[in-house]
Amino acid sequence: MLEIRQLHKSYPIGDSSLHVLKGIDLSVEKGEMVAIMGSSGSGKSTLLNIIGMLDEADEGEYILDELPIKNLTEKKAAVYRNKFLGFIFQSFNLINYKSALENVALPLYYQGMKRKERLELAMFHLEKVGLADWAKHLPKELSGGQKQRVAIARALAADPKLLLADEPTGALDTKTSHEIMDFIQHLNDEGKTILMVTHEEDIAAMCKRNVRLRDGVIIEDVKVEQVRAKLYV
Amino acid sequence: MFDLDLWREIFQSINMNRTRSLLSGFTVAFAILLFAILFGIANGLQNTFQEAFGTDANNSIIVYPGRTTKAHKGLQVGRRIQFKNEDREFLKEKYGDKVQFITSKVNKSVNASFKGEKNNYQLRGIYPEYMFIENNEIKEGRYINQNDLKHKTKVVVIGKKVEDELFFKETAIGKYINLSGIQYKVVGVFTDDEGDSEESIIYMPITTIQRVYGNNDLVDLLHLTYNPEMNSTEALAFGVSIEKSLKEKFDVARSDQRAIRIRNMAQGTQQVDMMTTSLSIIILVIGFGTLIAGIVGISNIMIFIVKERTKEIGIRKALGASPRSIVSIILLESIIITAIAGYVGLLVGVGVLELATPVLKDYFIKDPGVSNSLVAGATITLIVAGAIAGYLPAKKASQIKPIVALRND
Repeated sequence: MLEIRQLHKSYPIGDSSLHVLKGIDLSVEKGEMVAIMGSSGSGKSTLLNIIGMLDEADEGEYILDELPIKNLTEKKAAVYRNKFLGFIFQSFNLINYKSALENVALPLYYQGMKRKERLELAMFHLEKVGLADWAKHLPKELSGGQKQRVAIARALAADPKLLLADEPTGALDTKTSHEIMDFIQHLNDEGKTILMVTHEEDIAAMCKRNVRLRDGVIIEDVKVEQVRAKLYV
Repeated sequence: MFDLDLWREIFQSINMNRTRSLLSGFTVAFAILLFAILFGIANGLQNTFQEAFGTDANNSIIVYPGRTTKAHKGLQVGRRIQFKNEDREFLKEKYGDKVQFITSKVNKSVNASFKGEKNNYQLRGIYPEYMFIENNEIKEGRYINQNDLKHKTKVVVIGKKVEDELFFKETAIGKYINLSGIQYKVVGVFTDDEGDSEESIIYMPITTIQRVYGNNDLVDLLHLTYNPEMNSTEALAFGVSIEKSLKEKFDVARSDQRAIRIRNMAQGTQQVDMMTTSLSIIILVIGFGTLIAGIVGISNIMIFIVKERTKEIGIRKALGASPRSIVSIILLESIIITAIAGYVGLLVGVGVLELATPVLKDYFIKDPGVSNSLVAGATITLIVAGAIAGYLPAKKASQIKPIVALRND
């Protein structure tokens, strides 16, 4: 469902430029759960940004669900992001003056869904992450784990083809991290394709496939035996 | 642009940042407040000017005859020019539409008495149109009419002061007043808001006065109003043209300054017009200045808001917000703050003017006020101003890259 061929990306730094991605080939099937690993500066976040259409590659092909992603206008990119992708961020990125429910409903708002409908659907997703009772609360009234669950509900709201997570457990303690991972594994069990950037080995071990980057190239791409987060919860 | 959800988004954002919204609104409110007060004061000054010139039709032209000071066409210096009834007809015919009302006038001074009361008043023989030229108002009874003119009836219309002095508390209507030995029936009492001296006058049909005093068709002066659609320049030219044609008619040298004189109110009107025009220009410049200061203020704060909301805008974009929806959020927020704050400023300004009216009267500022059309104009201006103020920040916001906004730092 995701095809990347010979992807290059460099950033200008002063007069010279920094070559961050040096020819990435990656193919992800539907239902996979992939951890993209590497130390900082390895290019893993850049790769995720390109996949998330938040950034554009200089060279190479990127095909998402048979749709070539290239030379998108801002408007088109917005529509694609909304339709195909769900984002989960390390710092949650909830809108602080909107309630949990409104945060979850936001992608649906940008789809043009009617208010009543989208609040209902948002409620359904909040229930799914077990936060129905917190629907009216503002993000600052929620714990880190709860915030991340709201963010997951929001990522799921628009029923995206691909879930992108950037260090989803980076800001959480171990116990909460495992709860969140357990939840993400459940989503994967239900058939969601998940792509996750992490530098934590134990989190990567909870995925089904590990892709390791170093200096802008893939140095390892292996299927792993998934460790169920449930064991630690 | 007008769906309910968008408005809900905007009001949520304004509401969540009350201090910030209040602060940005304050600049605009203050600018509009100043503008309203300035405008009101200018209006008040204008009213004072207008009042100073009285309610005489301010489009009137008076033509006085005199004596020639220059020999012309074999005629001697010092010849007296005498207008007659035909001169009124001559002007009326010659200028047609350009003349609004015209009367010839005979002035006398008379001793008037009623029962034991006596006094000296000015008597004027006039045409019925004179009422509109003087802007007299009938307090009781009627004015001189065409019928009086035709039949040379012995009727008079007296000023309110005359009534007060000769008739005490009684009504003068229907009574007979004695003017130099002849009885005239009082058919009307008039008032004139230019005061006592204008109300100490007795009017009589010009035909009557001409028959009683000399049985001739001589008149003392001509008084007319020009078509009010003329602007002051046209009116001045009209006055010159009247002077010229009368000089030709009476064989007066063109350069003779005394033989026929014209008093044209357009001259004063032109000066007042120029004064008020320059005053309005000054007010407009100051008003625009304050408004621009307000716009810049709000624009500044909106830029700050956009900076503060960079992350939020990034999130929205990552979730699928189109650049257009980002622009409308910022733009509408700016417009709403500007419009509401501006309106509050306007209301406060009008209120201040209202309260200050009695005090300002002492400073030659009469009835300072802001017209409805100005309020409507200001509202539209505010919306436009809000849009201008919000445009740059909104554009900036729509160009925010989500990747930059979402960096984990």
